[in-house]
Amino acid sequence: MKIAVSAQGKDLDSSVDPRFGRAPYFIIIDPDTMEYEAIDNKQNLNLPQGAGVQAAMTVIGKEAKVLLTGNCGPKAFKTLKAASVDVITGVKGTVKEAVEKFKKGEYKVASGPSVQSHWS
Amino acid sequence: MILTIASGKGGTGKTTLATNLAAYLGNRAQLLDCDVEEPNDHLFLDIEWDERETVTTVIPEVDEEKCTRCGECGEICQFKAIAPLEATVLVFPELCHSCGGCFLVCPEDAIDEGTRELGMLEIGHYNTTGFVHGRLRIGEAMAPPLIKKVKEKLDLNKIAILDAPPGTSCPVVNTMIGSDYIVLVTEPTPFGLHDLKLAVGVTEKLGIPAGIVINRYGIGDAGVEQWAEKQNIPVLLKIPFDRKVAEIYAEGKLLVEELPEWSQMMGELLSKIEKHLQN
Amino acid sequence: MEKEIKELVVISGKGGTGKTSIVGALAAISGEKILVDADVDAADLHLILSPEIVERHDFISGHEAVIVEERCTQCGDCISLCRFDAIDEASFTVNSFNCEGCGVCVHFCPEKAIDFPEKHCGEWYVSNTKYGPMVHARLGIAEENSGKLVSLVRQKGRELAEAQGIDLIITDGPPGVGCPVIAAVGNASALLVVAEPTVSGKHDLKRVLELSNFFNVPAMVCVNKFDLNRKVAIEIEKFCETNNITFIDHIPFNPEFVRAVANGKTVVEADDEDLVQLLKIIWEKISSKLEEFSQKAARAA
Repeated sequence: MKIAVSAQGKDLDSSVDPRFGRAPYFIIIDPDTMEYEAIDNKQNLNLPQGAGVQAAMTVIGKEAKVLLTGNCGPKAFKTLKAASVDVITGVKGTVKEAVEKFKKGEYKVASGPSVQSHWS
Repeated sequence: MILTIASGKGGTGKTTLATNLAAYLGNRAQLLDCDVEEPNDHLFLDIEWDERETVTTVIPEVDEEKCTRCGECGEICQFKAIAPLEATVLVFPELCHSCGGCFLVCPEDAIDEGTRELGMLEIGHYNTTGFVHGRLRIGEAMAPPLIKKVKEKLDLNKIAILDAPPGTSCPVVNTMIGSDYIVLVTEPTPFGLHDLKLAVGVTEKLGIPAGIVINRYGIGDAGVEQWAEKQNIPVLLKIPFDRKVAEIYAEGKLLVEELPEWSQMMGELLSKIEKHLQN
Repeated sequence: MEKEIKELVVISGKGGTGKTSIVGALAAISGEKILVDADVDAADLHLILSPEIVERHDFISGHEAVIVEERCTQCGDCISLCRFDAIDEASFTVNSFNCEGCGVCVHFCPEKAIDFPEKHCGEWYVSNTKYGPMVHARLGIAEENSGKLVSLVRQKGRELAEAQGIDLIITDGPPGVGCPVIAAVGNASALLVVAEPTVSGKHDLKRVLELSNFFNVPAMVCVNKFDLNRKVAIEIEKFCETNNITFIDHIPFNPEFVRAVANGKTVVEADDEDLVQLLKIIWEKISSKLEEFSQKAARAA
């Protein structure tokens, strides 16, 4: 199983980005082997709108089953949920720390979006 | 003639000018309030309403039976309003710009035309002056398509007065496009001048002649006049600051009906515009 | 958990109610804070706060269709497909005012003759002012997507607040109730609506309050220039009472507002003790309400 983390940089020591749609990178990682891939989200940063939906489509396209991020808006949440991706919000620290915490079962899956629409 | 009344800055007296000019012209004018976010002209005119229609825009509705999840609709949509997933195809109506891309690209003909309400279009008259305005639904972000609907009701046999929204962004440009002349209302302050420069920038980009009306003349400085002279933009009218005017406005009354000098000012404004257009 | 950041967004519905002057005054009175000018269409706050720009960034949003003449065979497909009348039938060029950036013509052009470059729509800045750091922007003349730029300056303001450990953001919001205002209202801690006592001021106020309801952001109201029409001013106050909206205060019409702007200053820097005193009281009321609202929101979360 793979999980996705919104990140400010390309490696496991980067901080988790509190934004989902407009995070600079997504780290797609296999928590068992800690093998990972960084996806550049730069294209998405300049989208006129719908960055959350597009980010969700990216994560779904990489077949991640869980997303770790700071905040997730309603449209991204709805999209992820429709593809059965669990969303965990309020995640802080480095990507590595976040994945470790996830493995220890310290997170709770969000039941709804954590922020309102940004209209972009 | 199509005459747009605009201003970079809000609250400079656009509505006052538009409503009074329209009332002054009587049956020679049609007034179209294009500030669909905050339509105010009707508050100053005792409008008799004739027609009312709901304005909608087209959004996709996916027939999941026919859909093969090829994903092309999601690819073409620049606005991320449609998300084709394995389990279902999500549509986010509020993100849709109604470009029609998804309908055209779908190889299975699985997308039908649904609708989203943009707001209301209301048509009426004040005495003998025609009146049209749009009212954007609260929570709706896209004003330009509703503005276009208001403009579809233009009566070219009349002097059509378009009251533009404030600012210089897309709704304002959508109002101005197609106008013969633009009247920019400003006030003699640095805020007024700063925003006037932006508004003049828009009229220049559109290539439409424009003139300036300075409202509340006397409250500020000479910056606007000096700048206008340097740029060779005519100052069509200076409306002196008068507490009485502010009070009449505050009560929602028409100045041309309360103060005789206002009729004279409106006549002067029109002849200056005609003169500018002849040159 | 670090200090919860509180963001006060000042809006007016109608333009010209004195919103920016009041933001300037609150900037001068309040303590440590980040200032955000989210009125990106006609950003005016810099005229009274004289910011010194320390960072300058491009604002890029979406794409724009450009027909490449050499490859275009003038088949006319793009003209019939474009729902925004953006293609000139005589010259086969794209009118950038009308182009929505939807890319339909780009996709369907049989000659692949339409490019789709990213669109540069303006700039945004981080600056220093004497009352604290400020994030502001300039949307290109007649550019679109001001809503996204509003979101962006607010987001940058928040990041700056987090980085500097500042827990207050005062945002000068755009006029109207459309796209830019929606972008300015979402996720704010509270709104301060600056109304004026005119029939249109009252009408717009109601629209703005519907928006506050729609987005579930608590609103407070203050009436500027109340003595221009005391009757309507009192009606507004009563309207707030019956609708359970915090009414802050009435501010009298004062030529000092215009004079201060003309001198590039905030009204607090003017020599009018009574006015300054009133504005200080107003800030006290706003500040305690803001605290109350954000505590309520924190408990609800």
